[in-house]
Amino acid sequence: MLKFIERSFDMRILFKTNYNQDLNLAKHGGHRFWYGLLVLILFATPLMLDGYYIGEATRVLIYAMAGLGLMVLTGFTGQASLGHAAFLAIGAYTNAWFLAQGFSSLVALPMAALLSMIGGLLVAIPATRMSGIYLAIATLAFAIIVEDFAGHLTSITGGNRGMMVDVPMLFGYKIWQSWELYLFVLSILVIATLLVLNILRSPLGRAMIAVRDSEISSKALGVNPMKIKVFAFTVSAAITGLAGAFLAHYMLYLTPQIFGILLSIQLLLMIVLGGLGTVHGVFFGAVLIGVLETGISISKDVLPSSIGGLPGIEPFIFGVILISVIAFEPTGIYGRWIKIRSYMEFFPIYRRKSFKRQRAYLKTERLR
Amino acid sequence: MSLLEIENLSISFGGVKAVDEVSFAVEEGSVYALIGPNGAGKSTIFNLLSRFYEPLSGNLNFAGNDLLGLEAKDIARLGIARTFQNLELFEHASVLQNLLVGRHVHNTQSWWRQVLFTGRVVEAELEHRAKVEEVIDFLELAHYRNQVISGLPYGVRKKVELARALCVEPKLLLLDEPSSGLNPEETEEMGYWIEDIRRDLNMTVILIEHDMSLVKEVSDRVLAIVNGKVVTEGSHSFVQSHPDVVSAYLGDVQ
Repeated sequence: MLKFIERSFDMRILFKTNYNQDLNLAKHGGHRFWYGLLVLILFATPLMLDGYYIGEATRVLIYAMAGLGLMVLTGFTGQASLGHAAFLAIGAYTNAWFLAQGFSSLVALPMAALLSMIGGLLVAIPATRMSGIYLAIATLAFAIIVEDFAGHLTSITGGNRGMMVDVPMLFGYKIWQSWELYLFVLSILVIATLLVLNILRSPLGRAMIAVRDSEISSKALGVNPMKIKVFAFTVSAAITGLAGAFLAHYMLYLTPQIFGILLSIQLLLMIVLGGLGTVHGVFFGAVLIGVLETGISISKDVLPSSIGGLPGIEPFIFGVILISVIAFEPTGIYGRWIKIRSYMEFFPIYRRKSFKRQRAYLKTERLR
Repeated sequence: MSLLEIENLSISFGGVKAVDEVSFAVEEGSVYALIGPNGAGKSTIFNLLSRFYEPLSGNLNFAGNDLLGLEAKDIARLGIARTFQNLELFEHASVLQNLLVGRHVHNTQSWWRQVLFTGRVVEAELEHRAKVEEVIDFLELAHYRNQVISGLPYGVRKKVELARALCVEPKLLLLDEPSSGLNPEETEEMGYWIEDIRRDLNMTVILIEHDMSLVKEVSDRVLAIVNGKVVTEGSHSFVQSHPDVVSAYLGDVQ
């Protein structure tokens, strides 16, 4: 066993003998071992933490799920969205409403995903004709509309006074305990991640990346960018809607203010910090944001009130981090991790220039 | 009937007639070269063929299909693949992924099968991979297979773009300046590949090229365009010695 762990730290030279090896999600024994261990530890986490921290861990998982949704759209398909809080809101309110009507989570969760998906479709139809900053503004507008709607649709959402969220219910069993919710979220997150990984290794995922990197040549190769964008929007909205449903359970009480622009920006921040265009990045980003939030709220209690009581300390810290990441490590935490890993793998012969960016060649912009 | 027939094709940008009543036909199995000075409208003809631009007038007929009734995304399915003058690769993907996108028109799996990555998808993926590996062998790209495009030198990128077009398994291959940015050895290599593509893969090739030695080496027929108008068409030696072509390139003799 020890030998095995030791070996997985060494430089690994993969000798591929079969194309199947490139299709597998885990590329070698080391992958299987470490990711298996990670999932096991995650499932065992409630045994090691007390109530408050289980809640915090649940929040990280919910962030990861929402980030996964946004990553599909922004990281892999290249469509910026400043309005993903809207899908969280749709998911959260749908879930809460169906639970309030006495339905079980088996109905409420799929409905949350479905309604959010329909929302995604509604945005996608005009959005496929836009790109860049215009798309960002359109999605932002959508989020504001949804937030406003939630404020005025008093009969369903309770308006600005808010609404209570029932606990999730599975097969007549009510999930009261925080560790139960944690395991529930984790299971769904694992499934969602596997499905996203499937998309990424299939023609659809490649077409998404093609649309992101060069819409013009993706068209010339027979990809329909419209279709791919609509697909990305719906998948993204569905996953984010699910995350919203769980966010409702974490929050216990929903008000429209939760789903403001700050939440959208925080999601975007998360995937940029973690590393755009990677699934790893989602999780790194979620953990970082989650830990930071918890850290800030704890330090507020500890610090003297002249510092800890300052308003806007959270956005300030996030802003500083975002700027430094963009300036010093645009590939995010995952990009940095890749560099550290290859430094260790190639230890005595690693060269600083290995990851120097090559020059980008001119593209035919005018064809757009 | 010829594989590709272009009749009276015209387009203008603002007041500039970029392509003016251009007609030509390309025979199946031939290599056809478009030459002309910068701004003559050669790439515009490619972009019209790809349906990126809407022509003012004219007919485009490919193997019995009217291209004007189709959209840009449908062109590859008919069997037309192309490269771009300034490279349009998927920068943040590996060479292998780039080439696999070239197989997109041959994908028949429904989206939900792909999301679940069912056995059928695996089977299809293996077939695509085998096809892509043939192209990798053909263009000697094995060394770069898993490298990301943004880290590759220009000459290799050029080759990858050609490989990606070959993965479509087109009937007609449009090459926009295949030798630009390549050194003399690489250009010579490109010439051999174009010959091989025509002979071994049975593809018809239209290329836009400024390197006259490459044009001479590979092309059956040459079309010279100046200011959007056809100057002359014929064999390489005929076109090269045509007085209007000479004056377009070198200026008029006083």
